Amino acid sequence: MKKDLKVIGKPIPKHDANIRVTGKAIYGHDIVLPNMLYGAILRTEHPSAEFTIDVSAAKKLPGVVCIITANDVDTNNISYKRDHPILKKGEVNCIRDEIAAVAAETKEIAQQVLKLIKVKYKIRKGIYDPFESLKENSPQINKFISGKFPNKNIAETFHYEHGNLEEEKKKSVAIITRRFKLPRMTHACMGTSNITASFNQTDGKLLLYSSTQVPFLYQRDMAHALKMNPSDIRIIQPVIGGGFGSKLDMYPFEPICALLSMKTGRPVQIIYSREEEFIASPTRQPMIIDLTAGVDAKRNFTFREINIVKDNGAYTSWGATTPFVIMQAFSSLYKLRACKFDATAVYTNNVFAGSFRGYGNPQATFALERMIDLLAEEIGMDKAEIRLLNANEKGEITGQGLHYETCGHKECLEKVIEKSRIQNPEYRTQNHRFKRGIGFASMLHVGGGAKIYRSDGCGTTLKIDPYGYCTIITGSNEIGQGSETVLAMIASEELGIDLKKIKVINTDTDIKPWDVGVHASRTSFVAGNSLLGAIHVLKNKLNKKAAELLKVDNSEFDYSDNKIISEKSKESIALDKVVREMHFSNPNELAIASYFYEPSSKFQDKQFKGNVSGTYAFASQAIEVEVDTYTGNVQVKNVYVAQDVGKVLNPLLLDGQIHGGILQGMGYALSEELIMQDGKILNPNFHNYKILTASDTPEIHFYPVETNDKQGPYGAKGVGEAPLIPTAAAIANAVCNALEVDLLELPLTPERVLKAIHDKNKNRNLKINSIN
Amino acid sequence: MKNSKKSKTKITQLHEISFTLNGKKVSCGVKPSAVLLDVIRDVFELKGTKPGCNEGECGACTVLVNDAPINSCLFLAVNVNGKNITTIEGLQKEDGSLDEVQDSLVQNGAVQCGFCTSGMAINIKSMQNKFKKGKKEFSREEIKKHLEGNLCRCTGYVKIIEAAEKLLN
Repeated sequence: MKKDLKVIGKPIPKHDANIRVTGKAIYGHDIVLPNMLYGAILRTEHPSAEFTIDVSAAKKLPGVVCIITANDVDTNNISYKRDHPILKKGEVNCIRDEIAAVAAETKEIAQQVLKLIKVKYKIRKGIYDPFESLKENSPQINKFISGKFPNKNIAETFHYEHGNLEEEKKKSVAIITRRFKLPRMTHACMGTSNITASFNQTDGKLLLYSSTQVPFLYQRDMAHALKMNPSDIRIIQPVIGGGFGSKLDMYPFEPICALLSMKTGRPVQIIYSREEEFIASPTRQPMIIDLTAGVDAKRNFTFREINIVKDNGAYTSWGATTPFVIMQAFSSLYKLRACKFDATAVYTNNVFAGSFRGYGNPQATFALERMIDLLAEEIGMDKAEIRLLNANEKGEITGQGLHYETCGHKECLEKVIEKSRIQNPEYRTQNHRFKRGIGFASMLHVGGGAKIYRSDGCGTTLKIDPYGYCTIITGSNEIGQGSETVLAMIASEELGIDLKKIKVINTDTDIKPWDVGVHASRTSFVAGNSLLGAIHVLKNKLNKKAAELLKVDNSEFDYSDNKIISEKSKESIALDKVVREMHFSNPNELAIASYFYEPSSKFQDKQFKGNVSGTYAFASQAIEVEVDTYTGNVQVKNVYVAQDVGKVLNPLLLDGQIHGGILQGMGYALSEELIMQDGKILNPNFHNYKILTASDTPEIHFYPVETNDKQGPYGAKGVGEAPLIPTAAAIANAVCNALEVDLLELPLTPERVLKAIHDKNKNRNLKINSIN
Repeated sequence: MKNSKKSKTKITQLHEISFTLNGKKVSCGVKPSAVLLDVIRDVFELKGTKPGCNEGECGACTVLVNDAPINSCLFLAVNVNGKNITTIEGLQKEDGSLDEVQDSLVQNGAVQCGFCTSGMAINIKSMQNKFKKGKKEFSREEIKKHLEGNLCRCTGYVKIIEAAEKLLN
């Protein structure tokens, strides 16, 4: 039975926008607990050194309550590989390294006392280039790894292959090899990292106000770090000032804050300054990607051979696992007959990378889509046509085993090609100074979660109170993306309850059911399905009572206008009355239901083959740029984006994800890079690390493509990461199209663009000279 | 300030300042080095003004000083003596309903994580005040230029620009 949707698909403003727009939302920065102390962390001055530390003078400063170093704590290492000590003992390996922490009566004293701690360093020559780390005679950087790899500085490796590479090489009429370089970009959330810890010494319970994206994994990691029982740790998530993947790992400052509270028996708060945020919060993985690819006489893609070296930094975060996603792009975006993929994460004395929206996919897509342009040029084929010819299709099972039950790839491509051509049929316009070009790129990403943990599920508890209000207690969390609103809309749609009568509770691990966390564009998909499951269970109970009260068969009921209506007799009864009758008449029953949803996805096998997600999202972008050949400045004029979202749940919030992703992708393409020199960050501020502003916003033309995937809630797929993924690739292709150059490194700063123009002119002059 | 109460070991001369905060006359003692942002957040406990960078780069702490939008993280508190300060909490009407700037941001989907929102709202308010006084039309480019000092990492600015555009024109 298909009904018209009343709430889903409507541009409904965010459920929680009012508290945010009035300044009433409580972020971690706004929390003040009685008797609270202020914590601060002393970090190393040198990225690679041995050190001794003396806190005796510092302890004498009035107002200082506690100072801890590695000698004062008994903890386990943290991180994905458990290779990261919370407080470093005797040696430091990157500029973020925490060597002492303080708790003081005021913020000022906490900062002041850091300067009184005496540290003597014996500086070592650090290693800042992963290729240098791989050399036989390089010292081992991280001493805490198991040593399962042949090289002592390898943190993780991935190998994948499908098809017959050598056969496909023979069939290729063109083969191209390039090395692509990707920078260290950082999340730069508007709200800096923060935590407030409150340990109760009487009952041994730890309360944390934390902005983690993955509260249940975090609870387990925190317990491991502090040698505690996970259930003795309660995590409350205040409103988060931006996530984008930065809060997927737990970082040392978090257990440090807990330790300070445990030592003092008082609440302690640590809030990063903006400089600290740039230095000590995670980044996107910098990578060197060597890619060789081919195309055959029929213009079909034959093979891709990929070798990636990732700068892991000194410790290993979840970011080291990004090749899971990277290999999917290389193996399965566009039809591909053979693929061989190797990725190695290598320790260096640089800052360690983490997870960031897109999870390796923007890097992969940059290399892959630049390569498609190069192949098209080589065989003299139109850059749009070659993509359409090789686009993925519905029903396809890729070499890696991803099953595209729905697939909007071709439709997305057709849309952006058509729309951008109307605007700029010539592709390129050239005047002496300003040159315009268009670039295309597509992307493939998980659209229904990603099975990387034992469960990729989400739990929901749903209740309706005797006044007809509904409370959704969901395992998932809101990090600004609007999932809370989407859940409220689903409940309103299905239960016929006004949106204003729906509350979403999602911030407390003691209350909410389990969920793996906000990542992999999964929340609306997984939490939405979980809620639909709970609604189904609850409706069975409500239907039974309504049938009894209305004296009709327990068959079909319609829920609307806060009423339950019998479809057969058209008689209705108020929902709140049904709930009251359930609660207060014999046999008494609660209007509560719970449900655990687990996506249909499977673990990949040891060869990384298998259908890892419930569904897959596709998107294409066509981007028009104008390059000022005098200054090297690139201006993005128009972005045409089509995305297979499965089904539009809320166009207003969907637009927000698209626009925000594109601007982040533009930053990745054009301006954002943490510049490192010998392990130190040279631009830890917004003045020198350029995130884009309102003035840089281009015209964004968005065309949602609805493929109605039967796995998704109402047919919807994950949306959040996709808009960022192809943007840098499309921009780079557009700049190369405008200038007829071959750019292989991001960001496309004016210096790099000017150098490319200069090199091209130099080569042309050389050619002319040699002809003459 | 709350902090100065606790650290009595160093006696710093406090300056008494009086000003109008969201329509009410207030006064307090501040250190010469105190910035307006800290006074708003810590002394008057109005947490809606956000500390984004504390170095005048991000605009999250924007408040109106005599109708001009300023970064309160760089503005010395002693300089507000006798002036009129409006924070995000001062925009909302007395009956609790939203100011039209706030309403436009909500209706146009311009709020995501919300950390930049207070600063954006105050900045758009200053544009609106200017508009009312000067009967000036704002082009899309002018709006973008005006919002340039307020960084946002979530929205891509499009909805914020649209919210301002719809409100002003």
